[in-house]
Amino acid sequence: MINELIYMNGYGLYVWSAFLFTFISFTSLYVVTKIHYVKEKNKFESKFGALDSKKAEVARSQTINREILSRTSNI
Amino acid sequence: MKFVFKLLEPNKVFSITSKAPKYVMALFIIVISIGLLEALIFSPEDYKQSHSVRIMYVHVPAAWITLGIFTSMTILSLSGYIFKNKNFFLIAKSLAPSGLVFNVIALVTGSIWGKPTWGTWWAWDARITSMLILALFYLMYLLTWRIYENKDYVFKITTIITLIGIINVPIIKYSVEWWNTLHQPASINLLSKSSIHSSMLFPLLIMTAAFALFSLLIFLMKYNTELIKIKNKGLDRL
Repeated sequence: MINELIYMNGYGLYVWSAFLFTFISFTSLYVVTKIHYVKEKNKFESKFGALDSKKAEVARSQTINREILSRTSNI
Repeated sequence: MKFVFKLLEPNKVFSITSKAPKYVMALFIIVISIGLLEALIFSPEDYKQSHSVRIMYVHVPAAWITLGIFTSMTILSLSGYIFKNKNFFLIAKSLAPSGLVFNVIALVTGSIWGKPTWGTWWAWDARITSMLILALFYLMYLLTWRIYENKDYVFKITTIITLIGIINVPIIKYSVEWWNTLHQPASINLLSKSSIHSSMLFPLLIMTAAFALFSLLIFLMKYNTELIKIKNKGLDRL
């Protein structure tokens, strides 16, 4: 059973390499997208932290800014 | 129409798009697990192609989704240009990376499938060449966003790229009928009877659903990143 699944009548190398390539592509795309997301979020948090209290209050009045700050890790 | 645009405003949708990825991810893991079991173990081998037919379960969904994404990008870019709505451009931009990756997956897995069935990794066949051209349009689209600073210019150029690129989509679809190609004709038809057996159609549809969920996940992550980027610029202006 396991041998049949691996060798697939001699087509195993083709089948598994196609699935492996898809898996690597998915993982790479996910990781790159996640890194960009975390980078932008950290940038936002540090910029927000550097604001004086008046500007921070203005920024906090926007729902989307509050949403960004409330989600530390959501993906 | 204004009501729809208001509903799609980034400020309104962020509360949904920021929460959605974890649910989409969970659903994707469930669907891909079922899909992989079906594609690699339970589905039968083909009487002619034997087990190499299993490559279809990654090749075909990737090809369908890359075509669907490019079509959506064209509609969004054109709508953004007509209705002067920047959010449409942002949605189109967020769809592009997964579109390109699915295009590359379709090309590479097609090439791997070509070796045991046609005896060659690559042929300058109408279907394969038109898919390669689509990948170039994706690249041009993404490079335009990266190279130019002026957003109005980017909106104009990306709309032109998608409008020219969309001409290639029906060419890809009908290339196997219009020209003599190595590539087999479509086995699944929406308007007439499909030639694929249900034991192969079921895993194919499950894998397509899984791939669609993955592209949705990447789209949501990318869209959220773009919105945070805009808000970062907003903080600079305070």
